[in-house]
Amino acid sequence: MMFSVILSTASRYLLPLLLIFSFFLLLRGHNEPGGGFVGGLVAAAAYALYFIANGIDEAEKLLKAEPVKLIAVGLLLAVISAVPSLLAGKNFMSGIWLDTNFPVIGKLGSPLIFDVGVYFLVLGIALKIIFSLAEEDK
Amino acid sequence: MLNLIIIGFLASAVAPFIYKPLKKYFGWIAASFPLYLFLSFLSRYREVADGKIIKEYIEWIPALGINFTFLLDGLSLTFVLIITLIGVVVFLYAGAYMQDYEHTDRFYVYIGIFMTSMVGLVVSDNMITMFVFWELTSISSYLLIGFNHHKEKSRKLALQALLVTGGGGLALMAGLILLSQISGSLEISALYDLNETIRNAPTYTAIVILVLIGAFTKSAQFPFHFWLPNAMEAPTPVSAYLHSATMVKAGIYLIARMNHSLGGTELWQDTILFAGTLTMLFAAILSFNQLDLKKLLAYSTLSVLGTLTMLLGIGSNLAIKAFFIYLVAHSLYKGTLFLVAGTLDHETGTRDVSKLGGLKKLMPVTMITAALASFSMMGIIPLVGFIGKETVYESILELDYWGLYLIAIAVLANALIVMITILVGFKPFWGARSSTPKEPHEAPIKMLFGPAILAILGLLMGIFPNTFIGKLLDQSSLSILSEELGLKIKLWHGFNLVLLLSIVTLLLGIVFYFIRTKLLHITQNIKLIRIFKPSEWYEFAINGMMYIAKLQTKILQNGYLRNYIIFILVTAIGIASFSLYNVRSELTISPDFSLTFYEGAIALIIILSTFMVITSDSRLKSIVALGVVGFTMGVIFIIHSAPDLALTTFAIETLTVILFVLVLYKLPKFLKFSKTSAKIRDIIIASSVGIFMTLMVLYITSIDLVSEFKKYYTDTSVPGGKGRNVVNVILVDFRAIDTLGEITVLAIAALGVYALLKLKLDDRDE
Repeated sequence: MMFSVILSTASRYLLPLLLIFSFFLLLRGHNEPGGGFVGGLVAAAAYALYFIANGIDEAEKLLKAEPVKLIAVGLLLAVISAVPSLLAGKNFMSGIWLDTNFPVIGKLGSPLIFDVGVYFLVLGIALKIIFSLAEEDK
Repeated sequence: MLNLIIIGFLASAVAPFIYKPLKKYFGWIAASFPLYLFLSFLSRYREVADGKIIKEYIEWIPALGINFTFLLDGLSLTFVLIITLIGVVVFLYAGAYMQDYEHTDRFYVYIGIFMTSMVGLVVSDNMITMFVFWELTSISSYLLIGFNHHKEKSRKLALQALLVTGGGGLALMAGLILLSQISGSLEISALYDLNETIRNAPTYTAIVILVLIGAFTKSAQFPFHFWLPNAMEAPTPVSAYLHSATMVKAGIYLIARMNHSLGGTELWQDTILFAGTLTMLFAAILSFNQLDLKKLLAYSTLSVLGTLTMLLGIGSNLAIKAFFIYLVAHSLYKGTLFLVAGTLDHETGTRDVSKLGGLKKLMPVTMITAALASFSMMGIIPLVGFIGKETVYESILELDYWGLYLIAIAVLANALIVMITILVGFKPFWGARSSTPKEPHEAPIKMLFGPAILAILGLLMGIFPNTFIGKLLDQSSLSILSEELGLKIKLWHGFNLVLLLSIVTLLLGIVFYFIRTKLLHITQNIKLIRIFKPSEWYEFAINGMMYIAKLQTKILQNGYLRNYIIFILVTAIGIASFSLYNVRSELTISPDFSLTFYEGAIALIIILSTFMVITSDSRLKSIVALGVVGFTMGVIFIIHSAPDLALTTFAIETLTVILFVLVLYKLPKFLKFSKTSAKIRDIIIASSVGIFMTLMVLYITSIDLVSEFKKYYTDTSVPGGKGRNVVNVILVDFRAIDTLGEITVLAIAALGVYALLKLKLDDRDE
């Protein structure tokens, strides 16, 4: 793959920005356009950009975690988000919210945990496919 | 009762963890668990015998009427006591017998699950709950038949048993659902008073057929009998327990349980009578050629199952009485004889009757046990088997029309059973000693204790029938018939026709035994024509299914992505066009058509890019053009104020292009272009999909889209879901379970992609 100094340098600065943007999308999702799915896709795109600029080895090194683990964590979080509803004796997966408002995050509740799960899962899936395709090239 | 069942499943789960450290004593420990169940249920004996029906109700899924409703009456108590008592013996026996097997810990898990499910099956009053337990017994039976899973034969025969009983299970479920639609309740006891209504219902015939298919497959009645002899592939304790004493009687239990609600018609009684008689006779005849101890016992079990079914088919008071006595007697002696056969196999290394003989000095306890059980099986006074057979004959003789034929068939079948008994219960111990693969000696105490107890119980029950089963008999019969029998049970009926028939049976059996050796070389050469063997039908069905599966895989899943897409699209629009055609009158082709400048420009871009996608000779250009189509679609979403959709589309399109580019590296250049015929085909498919989608959109916009859901979601989003973004609230809160399912599918798809990429095609050739 061709190497571009400009893209490589830019991607180093863009990656954190894009990741922050993806978190932003994730957190605002409940009230404004956004959500875990889009957030995860944006985060995946951020890593993809980094990979295009710096190559697969660098990108994998940066991610540290194996994408399959992200998928597992995502699914696990999604399932865990059902636990509060069971403990409260309500219908399975009905949303349970804390009353207090937190800065940045806003309201905290089990649907948010679920959305975070979706975020990680989508990120993991996209990266797993991209990385395994890219590894084939080596 | 629910707590007992939960304890059962928990104990099965814990078994492997305590098996390893306590291997030596595990038989005793394991046996304590069915013993506990046995004693718990035995403590209810007096209550039930006095006519009390013990009920227990715990909500499970009340919205669907599915609950843990348990009912302990005479019928279920009889079965539960058999299941748990034989369970004690088998668990103990297996402690020694299974010692040299691998994964004995697993064996206890399976058999523990089986016993618990079997108990659950016979005490459940709710049809769905009963069905769940019913299927659990099929599954645990599958695992147990295939216990020696390294052998291909074991796996194949286990699958056969599973498919036959499982297929019957499906029929049963359909029948039960139809039945519940008549009564509006899933409780079996609620059906008792509805016999008239059910019999007159239009679905009655279907219900009877479906329920009986379930019962006949489970209890191996003709023509589904072939799986049972094949199930002898299982370790012997399993054969003794599942395939003679308990599980195969589940079908008969079902018929008995349903007799109240479904019985009383010619269809019901005659079908049962016919199938039962046929099984009784042919199973006994088929045993003639067998040499394997377990196969011999299996065919005699089949014959007895046929007799029990036949008795239910006769359905008179006397027949029901005979049913219960014969049921108990058979469980006792057949369990014993199976375990004796296992002991012989274990100690001598062979199960071939022709190779066994003269073991009486070496294995005296086994010999006495076997003799006791055999006397009961042959129907010799004073064992309980004698009372059983006398009552069976008596009830047949009561019949007016068929009585004469039936009694002849019954005597013949029973004489053949006598022959089997002599082969299994006596021949190995008497006569000249023949050499065996292993040097035989008496079995360890764990393997002697249980069978001996069962054999002695058979003797005691014969001498004191009133103490053991007499008390429960009336209540048990009430579960099948609506009137009280007031029958007395006794050992000696005096010198009469029935006794004469018993003697004839015995003598005939002995004659059969002696002519068998002479006839064997002739009969063994007789081959049944294949079409008369139901097992061949099974083979034919399985092979046919495999053939069709291979054929359709070859057509539908041929490895070309474009074909998959063609099939999906053509099927989808084929079906959907039909519904669209039905609503064609509502279609207004002239919606208010006002195009803004932006929309026009976007449409133009989409058309131009699409043209580029299909005409370009470079993949990269096509993909970029396809990306342009996607992004402009996103712009349309923005114009129509759907920012969520636009955002997602943009992200997806970006990633798709990246993925495509990565894949492109691996593909060769465009070398082969589509042929003209393929092009025409693609054009037709593509344009029909396009036309269809256009019409679809026109239709959707032309009808009034005021839906309750839209209003509900917009109204409850903020108060209920605490979010203003309705789409997201639906995704993560209102319909979160759907999303959970979808993301699970996504995760699996990702793993699939990974597996496909890592699959090296060269490895496949190896």
